[in-house]
Amino acid sequence: MGTDMQENEMVRGEQIVKRFGSLTVLNGVDLSVKRGQVVVIIGPSGSGKTTLLRCINHLEKIDGGRIYVDGELVGYRDVNGKVVEDREANVARIRSRIGFVFQRFNLFPHMNALDNIIEAPIHVLGHKREEVTQRAHDLLAKVGLSEKAQSFPHKLSGGQQQRVAIARALAMNPKLMLFDEATSALDPELVGEVLKVMRQLADEGMTMVVVTHEMGFARDVADHVIFMDKSVIVEQGPPEKVFGQTENERTRNFLGMIAQ
Amino acid sequence: MFHWDVVWQNLFASSFLTAAWTTLWLSVIAQVIGVLLGLLLALMRMSHSPLLNLPARFYIWLFRGSPLLVQILILYTGIPELFHNSAVTSFLSAYVVILIAFSLNEGAYMAEIVRAGIESVDMGQMEAAKALGMRTSLGMRRIILPQAARVIVPPLGNEFNNMLKTTSLASVIGLLELTGTAQTIGSISFTTFELLIVATVYYLLLTTLWGYTQSWIERRLDPNRNQKVELDTKSLTARMMGFGTPRVR
Repeated sequence: MGTDMQENEMVRGEQIVKRFGSLTVLNGVDLSVKRGQVVVIIGPSGSGKTTLLRCINHLEKIDGGRIYVDGELVGYRDVNGKVVEDREANVARIRSRIGFVFQRFNLFPHMNALDNIIEAPIHVLGHKREEVTQRAHDLLAKVGLSEKAQSFPHKLSGGQQQRVAIARALAMNPKLMLFDEATSALDPELVGEVLKVMRQLADEGMTMVVVTHEMGFARDVADHVIFMDKSVIVEQGPPEKVFGQTENERTRNFLGMIAQ
Repeated sequence: MFHWDVVWQNLFASSFLTAAWTTLWLSVIAQVIGVLLGLLLALMRMSHSPLLNLPARFYIWLFRGSPLLVQILILYTGIPELFHNSAVTSFLSAYVVILIAFSLNEGAYMAEIVRAGIESVDMGQMEAAKALGMRTSLGMRRIILPQAARVIVPPLGNEFNNMLKTTSLASVIGLLELTGTAQTIGSISFTTFELLIVATVYYLLLTTLWGYTQSWIERRLDPNRNQKVELDTKSLTARMMGFGTPRVR
């Protein structure tokens, strides 16, 4: 694999281009996420941050560039220097180690919380039901929902659903977690409980890429903040720099608007 | 003169019990094949590849756009005539023709019902399945189809109800299901009217029993069947006949 990827790099994106029809959503984006790092992507709506996140686990195909996760090219294969679409089985295998948390939770409504969590470990990884069930209970305890194992999603609040969704992703033992505006669909009073679980994960050393509008979270938890606008990365660096003394006008405008 | 005693005598006659059984098994087999065919066609129809979706579209257009009776007659008289081949002719017995015709026709209708069911499931569900490392086929089987089933079952129930009655078309090629039996015996003893009433009683019995089975299945597919008390749901009698009391589960 002809990449100068570093040992400690979990995600590497090189010149990622993504178009929807004639609209260019990502225009040559470079990205690097180190093991154990929490990278927070901020920026106005339509800046391309969610698309970038979805490209990392190949929920979106890309029109140019390359993305590596843990040293492996995602979604494509290198055949004599030419990039071709990868086999579905291989894409699925890579995805099974990348946790993805959706804005709208996307729990399986026909299964209770426990079954949501054990579904993929059983049917994708082929693990034994008893082992997985034990671990699912541990994960539910971790996200503070021990009592809700038998509850169906529609009986849970948004915050509870999102916490089950996080537990569901963690049950696959991911080496990387992607959060796509995980708190944006929640009532304000439910945001805290989800952010608390995310902070806890960050403290445990999970590698995370987080797209969010929660500037407090970005400031406190991020190791690295990326500000995107109009399909490109405008500025990036440690949170103190991006939030504290940015010299970039677009970043200043955006943060000014958020503060109001 | 209408003879009630003829109705009464034939109601439990072995000829009609056999005929009812024939109607039932023809319907069940044709419906099962129709559902499987419909699932296949729906998946083809939803494929992005024109190699898959164009044949499916053509099939659905053809079988939904022409009368079932004509399809039966083409299979029964047209095809053997075209081939002049005794092997084809003897294979296409009345039973085989009816099963083929009903299954093919039902497949076209089920395809649209299954497709609507699959499309009713939120797109995020397949994305969540894929994000967890599932391949499309596994996501379809474990996540999408179980949810689509809740949308598919009510119209599927109507399809089977129709199928039970549509089997009467088999009588045109001399098959002795309920209608054929009534006509055949009736024309010998000049009691066609009475025997058609007998056949009607059997049709009503079959469709009513199916109605109960259907609502049982629908209840089982409801994920919160143990918790919900529905005051607005009408009872089966109310739904079928337009009167009756709301049901509390």
